[in-house]
Amino acid sequence: MSKIISHEEAAKLIKNGNTIMVGGFGETGYPYEMIKTLHRTDIEHLTIMGSDGDFEGSPKGEFYISGKVDKLIITFCGLNPKISEMNIAGKLDIEFVPQGTFVERIRCGGYGLGGVLTPTGVGTVVEEGKQTLVVKGRKYIVEEPLHADVALIKGAVADTSGNIIFNYAAKNYNPYMAMAADLVIAEVEDIVEVGELEPNHIMLPGMLVDYIVDDRETPNPYKGKGSY
Amino acid sequence: MADVKTIIAKNVATLFSDGDVVNLGVGIPTMAISYLPDDVKVTVHAECGVIGCGDVAPPEIATTDIVDASSIPITLAEGASIVDSAWSFGIARGGHLSMTVLGGLQVDSEGNLANWMRPGKAVTGMGGAMDIVVGAKKVVIAMTHNSKKGDLKIVDKCTMPLTAEKVVTHIVTELAVIEIVNGEFIVRAKSADITNEELQERTGVKLTFDPEMKTMLS
Repeated sequence: MSKIISHEEAAKLIKNGNTIMVGGFGETGYPYEMIKTLHRTDIEHLTIMGSDGDFEGSPKGEFYISGKVDKLIITFCGLNPKISEMNIAGKLDIEFVPQGTFVERIRCGGYGLGGVLTPTGVGTVVEEGKQTLVVKGRKYIVEEPLHADVALIKGAVADTSGNIIFNYAAKNYNPYMAMAADLVIAEVEDIVEVGELEPNHIMLPGMLVDYIVDDRETPNPYKGKGSY
Repeated sequence: MADVKTIIAKNVATLFSDGDVVNLGVGIPTMAISYLPDDVKVTVHAECGVIGCGDVAPPEIATTDIVDASSIPITLAEGASIVDSAWSFGIARGGHLSMTVLGGLQVDSEGNLANWMRPGKAVTGMGGAMDIVVGAKKVVIAMTHNSKKGDLKIVDKCTMPLTAEKVVTHIVTELAVIEIVNGEFIVRAKSADITNEELQERTGVKLTFDPEMKTMLS
């Protein structure tokens, strides 16, 4: 069975009320066309887990304030003031997570771990309402795993079985999100046949990827400038 | 005379050692790199996973796949490497960074830092700041000595929400370079424009003046 589907077919797999992990750090390594496609559907009541609110006017930034998203679990939205405006107006719930804790919580979700002990946030608002432990004299917060219905990730190149190579910093959260969601959809800039990728270079095994969305023919302005 | 930001950046630059791996906040901390002496070479780590950030990339080669922590396309320094987000923050939290330099709103007598929530302003999240300051060996806060209204920023007890507890090791302002050692705020360098007494008046914790105190770069 081929894992390759179109953006529109992928969007149909996402349901109202789903929790979605979105790979990427700002504009770097996020499923640009997939987000634009999802924005065009009439989906609603989504919870998004992602690094940040991106920039005002970017496809991701616009999608998050489209009214289709009820809640963001993110680390930062300082470059997209409209997110804060919607939050203040009571139209968008936000849970801020320190960036290093965010990726560790996703990693726990995918690795079968019950949580992570981190010194990050001790003595701050991040600690409020959470269990703490002292280990070898140092205080840690118990941070619980994150798990999602869907992960929308971005790869540079995939083979048709879903093995993926990421490009430079576009790797970011993507491989961890692919471990922590029930349904993993990877938008990729190039697709090759099985056997064409050197196993030693593969960064995400295809067993973790349910669908590959072919981004070769879309006008995504961010692709094709790197090299892998 | 140089403007306040330049003075702070020049004096921050004196704290780097050759071979350091550093994480730098936006603005003055990043400016400091351009004032490093020729014999001091450092590697810049960025949250997005770049170890060895270069310069801002010229448009013809700029790609969103290679960026700094502000998502600005950059080049890679010779010898650079790339890691994913978990590894990137493991490097920060795990004590592998020699130093971080970032802005501050308040630093208090216990070395507590407040720099992520400004009263009366929308909350925009802490990003990676909390992870970086709990892990970096040196935490240098680059900020103006007092607020625009003249309020103390080096205070007995932070009143703004904390970024982290007991992490600050150095404060660099336009008036002083202060090192915090076992709770003591030691002035290592001071502006030529201010007396010890005036500096103490503008500071909310008791200062100790290093007998070998230097004059700050201007």
